[in-house]
Amino acid sequence: MSSSAEHTRLEEQIAHWREYLRRHRAINAPDVAELEDHLRDQVGELSSAGLAGDEAFLIAVKRLGSLDALSLEFAREHSERLWKQLVMPPLADHSTTTGREVFVVLVLAALSAMAIKLPILFGFIFDHDGGFYIRNLSLFVLPALTAYFAWKRKLDAITCVWLLLAFASAGLLANVYPFSQNSDTLELTALHLPIALWLVVGIAYVGGRWFASDGRMNFVRFSGELFIYYVLLALGGGVLTGFTLKIFSAIGVDAGWFAVGWLIPCGAMAAVIVGSWLVEAKQSVIENMAPVLTKLFTPLFTLVLLVFLATMVLTGRAIDVERDVLIAFDVLLALVVGLTLYAASARDAKAPPDVFDALQFTLVVSALVADAVALTAITARISEFGFTPNRVAALGENLILLVSLAGSAWFYARFLRHRGSFAALERWQIACLPAYSVWAALVVALFPPLFGYR
Amino acid sequence: MELGKDLVAASATPLVLAILAEGDSYGYAIIKRVAQLSAGHLQWTDGMLYPVLHRLERQGLVSMRWGESDSGRKRKYYRITKSGRLLLVTQQQQWQVVDETLRGIWIQACKA
Repeated sequence: MSSSAEHTRLEEQIAHWREYLRRHRAINAPDVAELEDHLRDQVGELSSAGLAGDEAFLIAVKRLGSLDALSLEFAREHSERLWKQLVMPPLADHSTTTGREVFVVLVLAALSAMAIKLPILFGFIFDHDGGFYIRNLSLFVLPALTAYFAWKRKLDAITCVWLLLAFASAGLLANVYPFSQNSDTLELTALHLPIALWLVVGIAYVGGRWFASDGRMNFVRFSGELFIYYVLLALGGGVLTGFTLKIFSAIGVDAGWFAVGWLIPCGAMAAVIVGSWLVEAKQSVIENMAPVLTKLFTPLFTLVLLVFLATMVLTGRAIDVERDVLIAFDVLLALVVGLTLYAASARDAKAPPDVFDALQFTLVVSALVADAVALTAITARISEFGFTPNRVAALGENLILLVSLAGSAWFYARFLRHRGSFAALERWQIACLPAYSVWAALVVALFPPLFGYR
Repeated sequence: MELGKDLVAASATPLVLAILAEGDSYGYAIIKRVAQLSAGHLQWTDGMLYPVLHRLERQGLVSMRWGESDSGRKRKYYRITKSGRLLLVTQQQQWQVVDETLRGIWIQACKA
């Protein structure tokens, strides 16, 4: 080997080694530079003693010690770094871009916090115009979230225009229809608009390339992690609110108007943006939490569904098709879909089936049966009492759930019997996702006029 | 002869401080000096020196600065601080006590 070729090879090996070292969270960039200086000295000395580049590199790396042990020692000495990961950017040398990102995030969070207070200027009082607020809730924050991803992924102008159009038409649809007070279609709009718009956020999240590999699965992960972060932020916000009320009541001042009118609504909006940024910046921190939660709750949900089905069979009771019950039921089934999706996203697609997969399969099948039961109840209700917006919306959702769950069960069964791959199952689940948003968009756009704004 | 892990760990602080008391140095050179002084008996896993150096820095016993090697590479140099020198003196006395104690009993054992 010529010496220049050997030199390039050595540089490649050192680059790999550096990459590998960087993944250890306890070792930061200056540490890597220090260790690299050491490595190069050692390699240089071994080479001048007559060793070939490869050999010199191997021996020098070995003398540095096993990287895991080394990382452990660094972690012992620098335990604060592992905590800093939660709030500090992991790459010190990108500090300027992260600084700019923090600025963008704060501006967008402030904008969405203001967005929810803005309508007051136009005479929409929360107490009197509750309908206005609940159907526009997602429109206060999701445009800012989409803007964040559009900025972060450097979306091209055409995609941005489309996303803007989507929000504009959503805003139009939510506000031009003459809903009657407390109408069903108004509540359906309030429920379905966020689901429809979440797809728009997703398109921005994947950088406009919806069909690119991995993008959609990453969006699923993002959604789950955002949920976890949001719950955490909400807990913190609750404590903050409680303290605010308490300390002001201690001096005889009522801070209730501030908490209810400003702290809670503005915080709830801003938390979506901040939570999303945290998920983006700190992916690896929560990544370890979500699969644990999935593993923990999959058996519990399976148990609840199985006991539910058994109880229904034993007592002969049918599902009540009242709206609240139906919504709770659909949310449960959607949670099951989410659990399987999340388990899929955290799983190594190449690993062979194990006990947990069998459990997932049981969960999917029991959800499928429960969904079929719900569908029967809904159709029976429709044929007896006719169409109402709630029943038709529920019918559509349960049909999509049925198809999606049936497909999942089919692919799971094939996978468990070693007839198909896990990747096929994952592809199916991801392909089903837009259906929910599309149906939600249809409900928002067509149901109010179709059912006379009832 | 290879020394036990505890003994290596215990001697690391005074050894590093003593080497730095000779003059500013950097990781690789410190390791070379240790090998030279102990005639190869004190075998450190090279990488483990760095967490030790970082601990000493945190404790204010050494200070560090980034410099350049002869070939122009970034290199981290360490220098012993005042409190580092103070600690070195106490450690020297402590090790002498240990050394003398052991010596005393071993000489008696030889005589007996």
